[in-house]
Amino acid sequence: MLLRHTSAEPVERTGLMINPAKTCQPIGAMYAALGLHGCLPHSHGSQGCCAYHRSALTRHYREPVMAATSSFTEGASVFGGQANLLQAIDNIFTVYEPDIIAVHTTCLSETIGDDLNQIAIKARDEGKIPEGKFVIHASTPSYVGSHVTGFANMVQGMVKAFSESTGKKNETLNIIPGYVEPSDMEEVKRMAGLMGLKTIVFPDTSNVLNAPQTGKFRMYPKGGVTIAEMKATGDSKATIALGPLASDLAARKLDAQCKVPCHTQELPIGLQATDRFVDTLRKVGGVSVPESIAVERGKLLDVMTDMQAWFYQKRVALFGDPDSLVSLVEFLVALDMHPVHVVTGTPGKAFEQKIRDLTAHLPVPVNVKAHGDLFLLHQWIKKEPVDLLMGNTYGKYMARDEDLPFVRFGFPIFDRVGHSYFPTVGYMGGIRLMEKILDALLDRKDRDSPEESFELVI
Amino acid sequence: MSDEKNTAAKLEKIKAEILAKYPTKVARKRAKQILVNRSDTNGKMPEVGANVRTVPGIITQRGCSYAGCKGVVLGPTRDIVNITHGPVGCAYYSWLTRRNQTRPESDTDENFMNYCFTTDMQDEHIVFGGEKKLKQAIQEAFDLFHPKAISVFSTCPVGLIGDDVHAVAREMKEKLGINVFAFSCEGYKGVSQSAGHHIANNGIFTHVVGLNDTIGKGKFRINLLGEYNIGGDSFEIERILDACGISLVSTYSGNSSIDHFANSHTADLNAIMCHRSINYMAEMMETKFGIPWIKVNFIGAESTAKSLRKIAQYFEDEELKAKVEEVIAAEMPAVMASLEKAKPRCEGKRAMLFVGGSRAHHYQDLFGELGMETLAAGYEFGHRDDYEGRKVLPSIKIDADSRNIEELHITPDAKRYDPRKDEESLKKLENEGIDFREYGGMMPDMKENTLVIDDISQFETEKLIEIFKPDIFCAGIKEKYAIQKSGIPMKQLHSYDSGGPYAGFKGAINFYGEIERMVNAKVWSFITPPWAAEPELSANYAWVA
Ligand code: SF4
Ligand code: SF4
Repeated sequence: MLLRHTSAEPVERTGLMINPAKTCQPIGAMYAALGLHGCLPHSHGSQGCCAYHRSALTRHYREPVMAATSSFTEGASVFGGQANLLQAIDNIFTVYEPDIIAVHTTCLSETIGDDLNQIAIKARDEGKIPEGKFVIHASTPSYVGSHVTGFANMVQGMVKAFSESTGKKNETLNIIPGYVEPSDMEEVKRMAGLMGLKTIVFPDTSNVLNAPQTGKFRMYPKGGVTIAEMKATGDSKATIALGPLASDLAARKLDAQCKVPCHTQELPIGLQATDRFVDTLRKVGGVSVPESIAVERGKLLDVMTDMQAWFYQKRVALFGDPDSLVSLVEFLVALDMHPVHVVTGTPGKAFEQKIRDLTAHLPVPVNVKAHGDLFLLHQWIKKEPVDLLMGNTYGKYMARDEDLPFVRFGFPIFDRVGHSYFPTVGYMGGIRLMEKILDALLDRKDRDSPEESFELVI
Repeated sequence: MSDEKNTAAKLEKIKAEILAKYPTKVARKRAKQILVNRSDTNGKMPEVGANVRTVPGIITQRGCSYAGCKGVVLGPTRDIVNITHGPVGCAYYSWLTRRNQTRPESDTDENFMNYCFTTDMQDEHIVFGGEKKLKQAIQEAFDLFHPKAISVFSTCPVGLIGDDVHAVAREMKEKLGINVFAFSCEGYKGVSQSAGHHIANNGIFTHVVGLNDTIGKGKFRINLLGEYNIGGDSFEIERILDACGISLVSTYSGNSSIDHFANSHTADLNAIMCHRSINYMAEMMETKFGIPWIKVNFIGAESTAKSLRKIAQYFEDEELKAKVEEVIAAEMPAVMASLEKAKPRCEGKRAMLFVGGSRAHHYQDLFGELGMETLAAGYEFGHRDDYEGRKVLPSIKIDADSRNIEELHITPDAKRYDPRKDEESLKKLENEGIDFREYGGMMPDMKENTLVIDDISQFETEKLIEIFKPDIFCAGIKEKYAIQKSGIPMKQLHSYDSGGPYAGFKGAINFYGEIERMVNAKVWSFITPPWAAEPELSANYAWVA
């Protein structure tokens, strides 16, 4: 038993978090910044945070993740990090030549109270920022929220720094895709393209964190939203923000800053959420839904009807980020599955209510916890077993101990590939998600079938 | 001009080219950290700038003190509940890496390796202090798990808001009646992980070593220091020692338990693998308990054999010496067979190693066995002595960052100090070739006219690859894909990717196979598509049967 000390009986804990289901803000900020073309993320604090965030992102994406750090030592921690950041900005523009430096704070610089805005202005005044180049920033203390909050803060920082309104609106739609994989960002773009819409997707990590092997390392790969596009977001007709927690902040900022109306909705994971996304694209974009999209929808629906026997009333335990869990739960319920234990590490009571609403009519009790941890989830599973576990790589320990089929979903996934190439959003993403769930359930069925009922066909 | 000089001049030119990119201040600093390995006319090696701060904005391989303390040293000890006091991230990232293999003695033995414990501080704790929450966390850990020991690791904000983690630990130790101790290993201490190793070892020495005086079984009892069981290295070394009849009292800290630490002062010899991370522990144990220490290296089959012989020689026991020879003789045929297969496909290829505080040195032995040359190497958090040898210790200047790391002042233990060998026998053994309290450093072991670079930056890495196009590059995960995108295979050596163990005999076999695969993998030949190999457009209409 890998988690041999986990007992079945949950007890109230107020001091100790065991096996977290979230991580800290800066990693989300770093991820978002990588979706800006020509941008080098910069971690303002001691170098350990930056090393950890780069390592974790690298393990998840298996791609170069470049980021610089202010490398605080004791002195900076006492006297403030301004000198370090000014020096860093100078060095970065000289040595690594990015177009943008996206600075985020860490717990340390946040606790000291370094004022990034003022330091950026000073850097500009002192001529440390070359003409046509930018330093943008976000405040990302890890004692608030989670990596998702950090992502949201940096996306808002992008809007703050770049979005401009010329006073003349055009037909372009902004799409903020949320804290999803590069493959998902690509898929959202593709779907909008099928609808005949012109869009600006930001941040956009496709072709940055799923870049091709060319035999040549590029510090700033081809992908990412450009500065020009970011500026133009202020003239777009509307913004569609996917995933309230990750995207709403930036969408609202854009509305306040440039009067771009925003529509925030859940991530388009599963049939209904994708329907709503398409419908929003249709209404906001003023287009009709093309046959090609209807065909994709029909294909998803086809697999759902074909395979419903295998989903029906299967009990599922889930953990992950709020935005994706809400849509995932809705999808599982649509498949007649029973998501009975749902945990997110990110604090926020709204999440619990949303899951309760989505599962209210189920004939089984449902456990939900925001700001929970995997230890609690494991205890729930021990008390009330499930047929399937879904979550990031850390779930594999529980899955092994409890002998559960396990589908990797969310961030981080350190031990499998595919997530950065194959989307789970949209209709086609829904098919992939179902394929993964079915594979896990059917592999288990095959493993457990007695020989006489081990069948070639299902 | 001789060929040699040509190379030296060429390397100096490359160095100048790299430095030219930096702002003057940075260039001046880096100039001391980038060296051509070449002794002067008096046979004196150059002095390397090491264990100095990384310049802000320069993309570095380095991590922090917390990573060294919790991640490296205490991380692989299975039966301590390690609580990270701070916001969630630090604990999260040091949770379950490929450093964390362990083998509890039984299925019911305590093993917290797969758990991650943190106080997950929220903003109110930053504002009002986190001590209450920490106490509560320790209490909850105790109630849930009843562990033998609980340790606490401070992260950056904790140091800043001034939580007294040591006072909390003392209070809870008193209250719970188990060993509770804390580490002030905030990330900003020192300039790299190295500071954290030091803090960790000081803490273990103060709070654990010597708590259990039972003399265990075995005639030849040693500790292995600075071995962290990455990819199962310790398992292999344990297997070999066992076969030789050498008892391992404790490993610091791969596959370890707190009971082993508590008892480790009863060993008769300390054998040190990664001296960077732990040489002070060996010294403190010698001063307090009288245990001599030697440097060993179990990376490379030759080195393993040599290290085993050294240990046997120390014990001056003919039976042990014979047993060691027997084990070596039994293991070597398989090693040689695999070497014979791999070597022709590796020979003459060139490696670069930028990793750790001794690995960039140790692994050169394995590459050497394969007939491969190391063109350039350096440490992520080495000190001058790791490059130049221990003899330079007295000439290392102590700067502000090192001064912040506590030095313990150790005196002989009134009751338990027991020199395992008197000075005379130590002298005699020294004359027979065993160096006590000594390690030679990487530079003397490297060829002349190779490059030695401390705390290499991303920019320098790119430059080296562009200029030398090595056949393999060794570093860590952060560097891996940038290097591979340049078409060069990259092997992780802090936390082996897809492989290991690489220590000992079986490890050598694994390594030969792994490197042979990596430098010969077909995939690298496919990078250029056929249409790019022949860019001119000339279509021929042809019918091919
Ligand atoms: S100090 Fe804060 S920002 Fe840094 S790794 Fe820890 S939690 Fe994250
Ligand atoms: S070799 Fe390096 S990474 Fe490994 S323990 Fe020693 S100092 Fe640390």
